[in-house]
Amino acid sequence: MFTPRLPAAALLRSLAVLVGCELAGNLLAGALGLPVSGTVLAMAGLFVWLIAVRRVPESLERTSQGLLRILPLLFVPAGVGVVAYLPLLRREWLVLAAAIGGSLAITMLVTWATMLGITRLLSRRGSREACDS
Amino acid sequence: MSAVGVLAVAATLAVYYAADALYRRSGRHPLLHPVLLSIAALAALLEAAHLPYPRYMDGARLIAFFLGPATVALAIPIYRNLSAIGGSLPAVIGALVVGSTTAMVSAVGIAWALGAPPLIVRSLAAKSVTTPIAMAVSGEIGGAPALTAVFAILTGIAGAIAVAWIFPRGDRVDWRARGFSTGLASHAIGTAHAFTLDETAGAFSGLAMGLNALFTALVLPLAAALLPHSLRGH
Repeated sequence: MFTPRLPAAALLRSLAVLVGCELAGNLLAGALGLPVSGTVLAMAGLFVWLIAVRRVPESLERTSQGLLRILPLLFVPAGVGVVAYLPLLRREWLVLAAAIGGSLAITMLVTWATMLGITRLLSRRGSREACDS
Repeated sequence: MSAVGVLAVAATLAVYYAADALYRRSGRHPLLHPVLLSIAALAALLEAAHLPYPRYMDGARLIAFFLGPATVALAIPIYRNLSAIGGSLPAVIGALVVGSTTAMVSAVGIAWALGAPPLIVRSLAAKSVTTPIAMAVSGEIGGAPALTAVFAILTGIAGAIAVAWIFPRGDRVDWRARGFSTGLASHAIGTAHAFTLDETAGAFSGLAMGLNALFTALVLPLAAALLPHSLRGH
């Protein structure tokens, strides 16, 4: 499928919107003394805005797709910072394996059971109401 | 930028490119996750070259800068995934609140009960959240974002492997529940794997990943302020 190239102006405008959101989020978090990360606040703000306008501008969508395709690369530099913690990891690896593995298993099963439980509860009540009427 | 800085950028790009190629070649095997491979390879290179991390980061900061706008851009797929909810809104909200709380409390609780140092406990709290947001949250609650990145990736890999066998057999398969719990517990890495099992599972996994990221990012910093003093950052 042929997709026309995104004009440079649209690309730059969308990048400016994303960086502007990040800046606004950081300023807001700082000004209000919120414990939430400014970047996350900016993402939540954009999310709420999208729900309100119910559409994603095309240039923003395509610029974001480009960025998100390389997202894993973008957190590699910060991840390499783990070199400072290698002795700590070597000492605590058993605790970490238990915490990560245990918490993962508990979380998957509890979430799964909660979703199934609510779905079944509602469908049973729904079918009972259907019988009553 | 200094020559070492340019070298840091070039090495990061080259290592990630090679790791990503290997990952694709393996049929996207979770154990060969390109970020984990890249971090290990770059850490080994720094060690071999006797290059301290801050000097590497002087250059690599250029790549890391774009993590901010890319994290903001995550709002778009999270918004898109909302369409998967359909008629399941009450179940989705219930599973989100219960599951997300379980993810935070169980990780912190197990590590704390086993006597892990506070830095580890704090860095584990957001381990089920998609890596860039987990790192931001970790920084807010006094954890180490670099540790959280590694914990989140390991959690994602474990979730991608667990999804095939962890759910009780004999039960009629509900792909929405399986997908949702996979994405909530093991974010994007689990979601990528859920898509290979079932389209509905993948969609609900992506939905859960986004909602859990939002929920945890807003709740965890507030909860951390109420934690016992020994777990606090400052």
